[in-house]
Amino acid sequence: MSTNTGRFSPRNIGLGLAAPVGALIFALLICALILVGTGHAPVDVVNQMIKSAQRPRTAANSLNSATTYYLSAVAVAIGFKMRLFNIGVDGQYRFAAMMAAAVGGASFMGSLPSFLRILMVIVVAMIVGAVWAGIAGFLKVTRGVSEVISTIMLNAIATAVVAYLLNPHRLAVSVAGSNNIGTAPITPGGQVPGFSYPGSSSKIFGLILLAVLVGFLYWFMLNRTRFGFDLKATGLSESAAVASGVNVKKMIVVSMLISGAAAGLVGMPQLLGSSYSYALDFPSGLGFTGIAIALLGRNHPVGMAFAALLWGVLDQSSNVLDISGVPKEIVVIMQGVIVLSVVIAYELVRRYRLRLEQREVGKALGTTKAPEEVSA
Amino acid sequence: MCAISEDTNGGTAETQPPVYAVELRGITKRFPGVVANSDINVGVRPGTVHALVGENGAGKSTLMKILYGMQRPDEGTISIDGAVLDFQTPADAIAAGIGMVHQHFMLADNFTVLENVVLGGEPKAGMGLDFKSARAKILEISSRYGLGVDPDRLVDELGVGERQRVEILKVLYRGARILILDEPTAVLVPQEVDELFGNLRELKAEGLTILFISHKLDEVLSVADDITVVRRGTTVASVVPGEVTARQLAELMVGSALPVPELRESTVTDTPVLDVSGITVLSSDGRAVLENLSFTIHAGEVLGIAGVEGNGQAELVEALMGIRPLATGRIELSGKGITKLSTRKRRDLGMAYIPEDRHRQGLLLEATLWENRILGHQTQAPNVRGPLLNRKGARADTERIVEEYDVRTPGIEVAIASLSGGNQQKLIVGREMTGDPVVLIASHPTRGVDVGAQAAIWEHIRRARAEKLAVLMISADLDELIGMSDRLSVILRGKLVAEYDPKSVTPAQLGSAMTGAGEEVA
Amino acid sequence: MSAGGLNVAVEEKAAPVKRRLSPIIYLWLALAAVVVVSLVRVLTGADDLTSSGTVAAALTAAVPIALAGLGGLWSERAGVVNIGLEGMMVLGTWGAGFAGYQWGAWAGVVAGIVLGAFGGLIHAVATVTFGVDHIISGVAITLVAPGLTLFLSKLYFAHAPGGGQKQSPPIADVSRVSVPGLSSLLGDLEQKHWFVLSDLAGVLRGLLTNVSLLSLLAVLLFVVTGYVLWRTPFGLRVRSCGEAPQAAESLGVNVYRYKYAAIVASGALAGLGGAILAINSSQFRDGQTGGRGYIGLASMIFGNWRPGGLAAGAGLFGYTDAMQLRSESAVHALLLLLGLALLVLAVVQVRAKRFAVAVVAAVLGVAFVLWFALTDVVPPELVSATPYVVTLLVLSLAAQRLRIPKYVGQLYRRGQGG
Repeated sequence: MSTNTGRFSPRNIGLGLAAPVGALIFALLICALILVGTGHAPVDVVNQMIKSAQRPRTAANSLNSATTYYLSAVAVAIGFKMRLFNIGVDGQYRFAAMMAAAVGGASFMGSLPSFLRILMVIVVAMIVGAVWAGIAGFLKVTRGVSEVISTIMLNAIATAVVAYLLNPHRLAVSVAGSNNIGTAPITPGGQVPGFSYPGSSSKIFGLILLAVLVGFLYWFMLNRTRFGFDLKATGLSESAAVASGVNVKKMIVVSMLISGAAAGLVGMPQLLGSSYSYALDFPSGLGFTGIAIALLGRNHPVGMAFAALLWGVLDQSSNVLDISGVPKEIVVIMQGVIVLSVVIAYELVRRYRLRLEQREVGKALGTTKAPEEVSA
Repeated sequence: MCAISEDTNGGTAETQPPVYAVELRGITKRFPGVVANSDINVGVRPGTVHALVGENGAGKSTLMKILYGMQRPDEGTISIDGAVLDFQTPADAIAAGIGMVHQHFMLADNFTVLENVVLGGEPKAGMGLDFKSARAKILEISSRYGLGVDPDRLVDELGVGERQRVEILKVLYRGARILILDEPTAVLVPQEVDELFGNLRELKAEGLTILFISHKLDEVLSVADDITVVRRGTTVASVVPGEVTARQLAELMVGSALPVPELRESTVTDTPVLDVSGITVLSSDGRAVLENLSFTIHAGEVLGIAGVEGNGQAELVEALMGIRPLATGRIELSGKGITKLSTRKRRDLGMAYIPEDRHRQGLLLEATLWENRILGHQTQAPNVRGPLLNRKGARADTERIVEEYDVRTPGIEVAIASLSGGNQQKLIVGREMTGDPVVLIASHPTRGVDVGAQAAIWEHIRRARAEKLAVLMISADLDELIGMSDRLSVILRGKLVAEYDPKSVTPAQLGSAMTGAGEEVA
Repeated sequence: MSAGGLNVAVEEKAAPVKRRLSPIIYLWLALAAVVVVSLVRVLTGADDLTSSGTVAAALTAAVPIALAGLGGLWSERAGVVNIGLEGMMVLGTWGAGFAGYQWGAWAGVVAGIVLGAFGGLIHAVATVTFGVDHIISGVAITLVAPGLTLFLSKLYFAHAPGGGQKQSPPIADVSRVSVPGLSSLLGDLEQKHWFVLSDLAGVLRGLLTNVSLLSLLAVLLFVVTGYVLWRTPFGLRVRSCGEAPQAAESLGVNVYRYKYAAIVASGALAGLGGAILAINSSQFRDGQTGGRGYIGLASMIFGNWRPGGLAAGAGLFGYTDAMQLRSESAVHALLLLLGLALLVLAVVQVRAKRFAVAVVAAVLGVAFVLWFALTDVVPPELVSATPYVVTLLVLSLAAQRLRIPKYVGQLYRRGQGG
């Protein structure tokens, strides 16, 4: 919820950026230390990455990565706003992508119009993701099972189920000329065309528009709807929400369903814009990246967008590092350090900002805040 | 005031003044904005049970925190067995032989009694815990003082009375000779109270000194050897049970002056709005916190409920709002049964709620004022239009509330946590009174509010009452209750025990009924 | 139960009345389990169910899981959720790889412990000192660890003989020991395929002969944990941090210090588990842990936060792990076992008057038995999901029997006590 006097005052923007920027600088320092400790020059590494980032191909790929990351982050953020940890985004998106790919590549699809094909694939993905997350939500409200544990378990179960289904006897076919197995490829009629990026042959996922739409819907739901208000209230103070009439159990289930549906979308840009089938090499681990980005972006629709872009640029421009002898995993380390330090930083900033506001309110009213009546 | 001896040195003719086990002289403690204790004098004779009585807010807890080393007095001295001591931390008090049994037990449910008792002071046998000697010591203490505690039972399995005995054993284990018991009977049923008093007598017989804080006068009179009365932060009397009646004590506690309610026209109608019949609410361990309660509030009527905190008020309010389930009973709103309805539906039907703990149930501290205005009214105009929020409408209405209820704030976009408690409360009152509620459940509605705002809030409630609002008001402020109510009831241990006419009730009657000192007919 | 976050949805019920089961009961339960398994073996002809080879493999597979779970136990008993076990395990595998190929397996063990403890230290600083949410800290550590180890791997192993970008050079194994004289005796008995007797022989032979010293170390650590946590003042104080930190503080216990100790120990144990995993596989490999940290967490829950139950859970999961590699018929027979277990659970719940849960358990039990009856093989991909499915079933259907430390996952700040 907005906690600013004058929303866009320079002080508030400054405070809002203090934590992520501080965390970034701290992470840079740590990584510089690691690099020095292992005999590399940090400046070199940075230079290489900047040069790589400037190439059009890297920029295009960064945007594509960012699209996927952003969708994952929104899915996670929906849960976070309610203080639910949907760690299961990872399993939800892979399961959803696989099922959607299987439906998309099915033979009957050939006779349907493009628009309908794409819509069906997306809807299937959302449903599968929602159901998979819904299991965790259901278990939480009926049996009190922590969603953290159940979603982790469901992730692993999803991996097993996907592995089982990705078999020529069931939903998959062998990819000609390789060891790869995947779902039947989606024919061009069901693919989403991409945007061309000047200076490079790489295309930007057409479904970047979907990501923008999802971001908008997320913002709209949270800030403009009654449901969103209830959701935020529950996350801020469960007891106050209950007293105000919120049905917490219903909220938990519905939020998990929505979060799962959003998670289902994570694989769509890749599936419909580039891979056209779900195979053994479909990107994995995007769920955890989503958690990191949601934390960095403070669950804010615009904040997460910036964070996703940053992550995308870091990832893509680090590809060049391996060649020069610096393992590109230095970026993964940096990302992990950012996650931890940004959470700490946000907490410190929050406390500081509250104290600042209290003092200001006191000044504006001519008194300092009177202490609560002491119950003697 | 009755003829009561003031607390000076001893009453018998002796050549020397008796050495008190605990003597507090001139204790004064100030906090910003309030004086909690002012020139308190208490003398506790060794080997006695000394009761400290007073209402909530009278200053008893602060005094005990000072005695236990959790606070330091601004003025005054503490003497233990004649020696003046200075306690910097509870460890100093413990070293001086003082043990405190808190009102809210500090026990680990999943540990055994033994583990709870020895924690932090474990006897060692090599690297391991010497269970044998610990067990022996616990059993020895338990039998010496008649506590009947089994060291190997899980605390989780113990009843409330037994848990209290474990807390007592904890302090005895550490060598306490002076025990402070803070509202020990607050959570006990009558048999457990008798058992506790039996234990206290045994402890006394072994030469221990007991300081007993309470507001339940009937119990105090039955077990204490000496009684000190505290009111508004200072000691007002020191008495001996044999020389005083419950009614006199009650009067001392409450003060003989009660506000005279203004004469005004009665707005009470015949239309029942809130009808509560036979409701029972159970706590998580099966005890009845509300027992077979019934009452009716009519349109235009304020029903005030007086009572010492912890007698079921909080549970009553939550049960009415649908936050707590009923074990038995019915609730009807304007003739419509609402027992099974959710909180939201009850609010939609016109129930408004001013909660006792605004931070826990009334506000989203990190949200802005206008967002808090919406809280509790997420389904009503001007906050919403269909499924969407009406931000403009909510903001405009918040401005109106800020204006009408004099909420001091530089704007409606600040986080409500930066406002003072009083202003937060004014916003809550404003928001709950908006939208033409049918019944208002007000729990301590002016707690923490300055006098001017308090009067304003009362005026708002009175005006709404004239427009046929029904109000249930729970409060610890007798001024408020007597001034605002059309009928006054008293709640004690989950039951409504008396009903009075605010215009004619005497402080003695009210005090007695609130503390169970005796049956009084209105 | 909830690890942080909302808990109004969970009804406030009085915790279950716990009857202290004497150790003899566990012995009878184990015996009963052997009888049931033996029955299934005879019915299905899947000799591998109780062969010494399977049991030995199960033990080897169980040890890393058990140690990770033990790490989780230490942490949660002190009130801190440790989702980062997987990450600390990964650190342990790398440590073993790095030190192991250069200076021998035991050096690898030490390195694994140290690196794991370091991971634990980070978790402790974040959660105890800075009050970061336990889940977030754990997730961050699990995110960084594989990146860090891959990074170091590429630097240090890529050019070492026998190593590569994602793996270390080979590590020598530690020695193995046996109880003398039993191997042939039990081996013969096992071959006779007699009901119960041969199964017992197979189980014992697998557990008592040719056992790695590392497995013995693990067993030792379990015993030590049981002693330290429940029979020493140090352990009492650690557990009080997870049960009632305010009470502990009011009695003079420095809660922060004990939490730190427990969380670092937690990391060290997870690291040890990883180290043993690497040594068992004779090298470090990227991605080697494969989620065992989470299975360890599951074992801890399965074991009701006690070392004995945890070991049983880890043993069970190690058993299913080992079975995958043995024979298909054995895996298939597992279905029958699971179905029977669920039906037993249903009966237990009926006696406890929890009828809704009992019905669900019964339905699932019947479903598994039918699955067994109607198929010949269990698809191998699905078998890997067994520990997770079992954990979910335990959590959903048997939650009442669980006694989680009361203050786990909650933020503790000094001075909150009255």
